[in-house]
Amino acid sequence: MTRIVGIDLGTTNSLIAYMDGKTPTVVPGRNGRTMVPSVVAMTDNGLIVGDAAKEHLVRNPERTIYSVKRFMGKGLADVQSEVPYFPYTLHEQGGVIRIRIGDKSYSPPQISAMILKELKQRAEGHLGESITKAVITVPAYFNDSQRQATKDAGMIAGLEVLRIINEPTAASLAYGLQERTQGTIAVYDLGGGTFDISILKLKNGIFEVLATNGDTHLGGDDLDRVIGDVFAKDIRDQYGIDINLHADDMQSLRLEAERAKIRLSDDLKTSVTLNLPDGKGQYRRELTRDQLEGLTLPLIERSLGPCRLALKDAGLTPADIDEVVLVGGSTRMPLVRQRVEALFGKTPHWNLNPDEVVALGAAVQADILSGGTTDMLLLDVTPLSLGIETMGGVVSSLIRRNTTIPTSAKEMFTTYVDGQTSVDIHILQGERELAKDNRSLARFQLKMPPLPAGVPRIEVTFLIDANGILNVSARDVRTGATQSVAVKPSYGLSDDEVERMIGESFKFAAEDFKARQLIEARNEAEAILQATNKALGQGGHLLTADDLTAIKSSLAALEGARLTEDHKAIRTRIQDVEKVTHHFAELLMDTSLKEALQNKSLSEMTEHSEKA
Amino acid sequence: MDHPPRAASSRTELQMARSMCWHCQSEVAGEYFCERCVKVQPLSKEQDYFTCLGLPRLLTIDATGLENKFYEMSRSFHPDFYQTKTDTERTISLGNSALLNAAYRTLKDPIQRAEYLVRLEAGSVKEIRNQPPADLFEEILSLQDDLEEFRAASGQPSADLTALQAKLQSDCETLEQRQRDMESRLFELFETWDRLQRQTEPTEPVRAKKESVLKEMRELLSNRTYVRNIVNDLVATVG
Repeated sequence: MTRIVGIDLGTTNSLIAYMDGKTPTVVPGRNGRTMVPSVVAMTDNGLIVGDAAKEHLVRNPERTIYSVKRFMGKGLADVQSEVPYFPYTLHEQGGVIRIRIGDKSYSPPQISAMILKELKQRAEGHLGESITKAVITVPAYFNDSQRQATKDAGMIAGLEVLRIINEPTAASLAYGLQERTQGTIAVYDLGGGTFDISILKLKNGIFEVLATNGDTHLGGDDLDRVIGDVFAKDIRDQYGIDINLHADDMQSLRLEAERAKIRLSDDLKTSVTLNLPDGKGQYRRELTRDQLEGLTLPLIERSLGPCRLALKDAGLTPADIDEVVLVGGSTRMPLVRQRVEALFGKTPHWNLNPDEVVALGAAVQADILSGGTTDMLLLDVTPLSLGIETMGGVVSSLIRRNTTIPTSAKEMFTTYVDGQTSVDIHILQGERELAKDNRSLARFQLKMPPLPAGVPRIEVTFLIDANGILNVSARDVRTGATQSVAVKPSYGLSDDEVERMIGESFKFAAEDFKARQLIEARNEAEAILQATNKALGQGGHLLTADDLTAIKSSLAALEGARLTEDHKAIRTRIQDVEKVTHHFAELLMDTSLKEALQNKSLSEMTEHSEKA
Repeated sequence: MDHPPRAASSRTELQMARSMCWHCQSEVAGEYFCERCVKVQPLSKEQDYFTCLGLPRLLTIDATGLENKFYEMSRSFHPDFYQTKTDTERTISLGNSALLNAAYRTLKDPIQRAEYLVRLEAGSVKEIRNQPPADLFEEILSLQDDLEEFRAASGQPSADLTALQAKLQSDCETLEQRQRDMESRLFELFETWDRLQRQTEPTEPVRAKKESVLKEMRELLSNRTYVRNIVNDLVATVG
């Protein structure tokens, strides 16, 4: 059985985890950080993902994509209100949002696939094996289109997505495994872009979701926006500058708003500094936690409605909840914790790292699927009611929200006119009475035998599988013949498009490889420059003048090479520096750090001395 | 959406005889797994929910026992445990899990359980009349009028509106009480039904009594649904 990894594909950050024996473990990057920023930059040298891409947000705003998860499974009309906040150009094609970068257009699953590939490579490097199978998490309140878009992203990235699992339930698996939690728990998950609440019963290894609710457009991004809006208004009032017209400064403002918010989780006040466009000086202000809370309270209150609905659907009151668990980076805000505590009447906890717990849970689910863990089982639900449009635009409900999945519903269809050969069926998801108020999922045409009206009997089975994704099949009751159903998604890529995107992703891979090599060489060059300069500061007096000159000139050569686009030249210069500093490293070892640092390279040595 | 050409949505319909293992053709008599080859067996689609969960057709059910049985069977059938198995086994697991989930969902809730039993025993209870219960006819008609008036006038606060709201709220409470009364009567009938059902050799009077219990339950269920819909409407409108 090949290894299955667990992936948390987040709005702001993504992580990949695996089971190390019986312990779920997040794969760290070279810098030791476990989170990969969900940011993709299309540079002239190819594609960059993660921390390095984040730097391009300000430098290269029109070509750097962040928070793409907000666009998954959506049409342009769905995101109209937030379009002004994004520096890149959005358009729509075939019901799917596309992001235009230069003369190319990308669908959100393609961008997500780039992040997935980065994670895949990270895990492959760490584990030394090829990764082809994954469990990917989605917000529990994601609809069918959003789930399917996530699955498409996996396919484009060359991953077989064995399961789409809900983020709060994934978190509960990690808690169940590591904390041996039992009883009724509420998982409050406020992430970068989405909010979920899930209420579960944990008993003897069974994790039964009783109800789930949420808001797929509520998260840290929205909090940052209300803070950023205040800065933008200040700047307009004080300097007469409309910062919205400056894409790069808008990104600086957004990032500064996020940083200020994060600082105010620990501090009661913080100062904000922003460089104004076109060298017009600096904007400074102080932001207090009280001010932050005043600004964000309405948004945080918005999360409480879904919590009450979930409790109601589960047939429970706050007093019935034994534990409240916090998941997602935004739950670090003291105000969030206070509001959650006030609603449930008990102190919430976050014994596991709220940034990592979802990825850890995905790894546990992956282990269950591969047969490694057999004592735990997750029984999840579908978050939204599923129905079909009937006469007069009214929805006839087939599957109620919070129904345990897998689940199926059957519906019989016939004809109204003699000789009618087809019936059009429109599938919707949502809680409203009228079709137009719900989310259109897909349409399909049922073939009917040409018979008098009312005689044909076609039974359609709507099955929601364990991924929360709908499968449709049809059978002629009179003949027993099954009919293949070509379902056309309202907000999704067609099969052909996904196929083409898989092909393209291979084509891009070569370019990406080049970009990756350059970034890695540059990072390494930077590390060695820093380390050597530091060592020179500490032990330069041990060197002869000639040695010192040789080292300094090799450093200058590396400095120069680092700015070029040629990764091979950078590598050569790195080797040169290593060669001329070899003796210096020995000297340092022999003298001050002799005892502890046998056979260590120069850069490792300075790392040690930093920690000491 | 699942896109048919990509995923195996044209799953082979599994309509195998329950008496023979689909894999090794040896005899199976209702076991979940073949005794010879240990392959999972499809639950019959004709199986009713009580049989599926191994329960007699009674209306009083021990909730914890039912939950334990559901968990135990989920461990046998859930698709998570079939990821590494053949396509056929995965399809069976999916179908069995969907049936099991439907059975548990229906029997766990006493009202749904009763509706299901009445439907099994005596045809559809879904034919819910569009008329209010006979003894409440006048009362509900005037209540509907009040509700219309309130909707039309809401937004322009007045003393009349406040009075109307108070009246509707009190009507709502009356109806809620009415719903509770119907439910208590229903639960009394649960016991009557179970007592009759336990008679191994039902006599003609027992059969007749069962008929009348079913009829009364159907009446109660249908009236209760009607009243509950009005209560929901009232709560949504006047709070």
